[in-house]
Amino acid sequence: MASACVQLCQRCASLSCSRTMGIITLKYSTHTHCPVALRSAFSVPVLLSVLHRRRNLTQSFNSGVRSFCEFHAKVQPSQKTHRDTDESPGDSLVPYQNQLRDGGMPLNEWETALDLDDIPAHSALEKISDKEAVQIDIPATLPPVSITLKDYVDQSETLRSLVLLGVQLWKLEQRPNVGSMLLKLDFQTDVVPRLTFLRQLGVEDSRLGYLISHNPFILTESLENLQARVAYLRSKKFSAESVASMVSRAPYLLNFSVKRIDNRLGFFQQQLGLSAHKTRDVVARLPRLLCGSLEPVKENLKVCKLEMGFRENELQHIVTVIPKVLTANKRKLTQIFDYIHNTMNIPHNLIVKFPQVLNAKYLRIKERHLFLQYLEKAQYDPAKPNYISLEKLVALPDEAFCTEVASATLEDFELFQKTM
Amino acid sequence: MAKASVRAFHKLEGWFSTYKPPGVHWKLVRDTIETNLLKGINAAPPPAPLHRVQFLAEPTNTNVSGGSSDELTISASFVPSLANHPLVNGPDFQHIAVGVGHKLDVFSSGVLVLGVGQGNKSLTDLFRSVVTRDYTLEGEFGMGTDDFTHTGRLIERTTYGHITRDKLERVLAMMQGSNQKALLTYSHVDMNTQEAYEMAVKGELRPNGKSPPIITGLRLLHFQPPHFTLEVQCLNETQRYLCKVLHEVGLELRSTAVCKGVRRTRDGPFTLQHALTRQHWTVPDIIQAIQQHRSSRKTRKAKSTQLRAG
Repeated sequence: MASACVQLCQRCASLSCSRTMGIITLKYSTHTHCPVALRSAFSVPVLLSVLHRRRNLTQSFNSGVRSFCEFHAKVQPSQKTHRDTDESPGDSLVPYQNQLRDGGMPLNEWETALDLDDIPAHSALEKISDKEAVQIDIPATLPPVSITLKDYVDQSETLRSLVLLGVQLWKLEQRPNVGSMLLKLDFQTDVVPRLTFLRQLGVEDSRLGYLISHNPFILTESLENLQARVAYLRSKKFSAESVASMVSRAPYLLNFSVKRIDNRLGFFQQQLGLSAHKTRDVVARLPRLLCGSLEPVKENLKVCKLEMGFRENELQHIVTVIPKVLTANKRKLTQIFDYIHNTMNIPHNLIVKFPQVLNAKYLRIKERHLFLQYLEKAQYDPAKPNYISLEKLVALPDEAFCTEVASATLEDFELFQKTM
Repeated sequence: MAKASVRAFHKLEGWFSTYKPPGVHWKLVRDTIETNLLKGINAAPPPAPLHRVQFLAEPTNTNVSGGSSDELTISASFVPSLANHPLVNGPDFQHIAVGVGHKLDVFSSGVLVLGVGQGNKSLTDLFRSVVTRDYTLEGEFGMGTDDFTHTGRLIERTTYGHITRDKLERVLAMMQGSNQKALLTYSHVDMNTQEAYEMAVKGELRPNGKSPPIITGLRLLHFQPPHFTLEVQCLNETQRYLCKVLHEVGLELRSTAVCKGVRRTRDGPFTLQHALTRQHWTVPDIIQAIQQHRSSRKTRKAKSTQLRAG
């Protein structure tokens, strides 16, 4: 047990663990009180490391938290004066040169000199004076395993900076393994380079929180890969602003390989038969086309061509105006089209003129159409008088629709809704 | 002092009615309302950040000669803690109990009673109580389908030219009569007593315990062949049963009929007038609806005690 403790000490030394631990036990060693011999065994190696490398607590914390905590749990079996004191991450290190009890004895000699099976000179139940009690400092015990990141957010610089960016940690900790991954990230070497990369790309600071909340794995993707993918997109003549907007609206975009993005761009250009410029435009407006699977897109295209009977050029026009049609739900799309074409008797060319009806809610179209029919105002043919455009039918909010299009009050519309 | 979100949460207790549009599953209505309520409640501003105490050990220069140690003074300081931050904790409320009273299937529309919070406990009482519901059924003669609605697979087409209003009303009267008999049977009252007669006259007879669907009132609202509209008051029914009733009306008239719409206009004390449409599924409107129902229940109770006393 003793040797195991000392081994762990050395490991902790190399990881440069808690400075506070060092200070606390250090303080302890100058007094006559040493309730637990193990503590003194722990004190020296940590002190050496602490003197050599004055790093901030949180950085050391990030690298070795789990092993440290487990060791710490073993180390503190019986503490009489257990008080919750927090580590102070923001403090600078204060060196204590002349605090060594053994006066700088090398480790292995000291190890043999210490007999860890000795009964401690002072029992834990002994009374101590107030001054000595105040100077006992026990570091906070971080739970080795926790279901929430709340326990670690105060001590971890990474987590703190993520919260200040606006990342929704409560959502991320529900995803499996993401919480541990975020905790193990090192702020300076992992997080900062990627955030600066995204900033240089043109992503706004306000969007960084959204990006990381949806795709925390961007912080583990290698920088070379990220740069290669951005270089590829620029080579395909996407402007810098459009790349920035694509990345901020499709958080997973930069996690996909160049080959996959290339494959998708090629697919869209080929299937839709659009020019390079128009394909770029469509993809820039709906960047998640490059992220998702292609099978639903293929099915939607087939549905539009075969079931709905749109011609090639009509389909191209619809997709350039409303790219969302490619990723819409197939069943809902057919339901809306069926109602518009068969019940409202609107021909294809008129639907192509107003493709936003395919993007609207079915219930909204149905209620408004039936209301207009009840008022005998349902006239969608541009050649005849009192023509109502599909855009007005679908895009206006309820109140504007009632007053402008139906010339009725909102209460009338609600009463009508209750008769459906 | 309770937070604004907690206060809003406590106000949401009771029943209210919504209007379910046709073609929408009842569960979608319930989920939408729960989401809207949570959005409204969690919209309160975040609390002030917690502070935690941190002890900083600083050396002080002591004038101890031959000092073996420097004294450390522990000073306490307040440091803001992020453990209370809404991005770390999540929203205050992540679930509200919203229960549904008598369900409506996808095809039908109408009044759907929902209970929120503590009101859900009395929803089971609502189920056990024998409360009638009003429906408006729209039918069409000349077609017969497999699920009795106009969206089902067509099985047969028939003529309906021979149907007159008179014949239809006669059929409806016959159905009402048979249902009345069933009501008397299932109410398990001894028909030879005076009390039973008085209850039957007042219309207070109700089935005792479980019973099949019983129609207590049936009326023809509108007749224009092939379309017709019926008004039905019933207990223990399902919407499919009502479509089947319409089908049987068609059969009795030597034709066939399909149901084009089932619309619930009343569920116990909840009528169409106070049912909330889609635009009003928000926290302030729902709180108002709950309070309205509570006050109207009080007046109804007061009235009924007055009648009984007087």
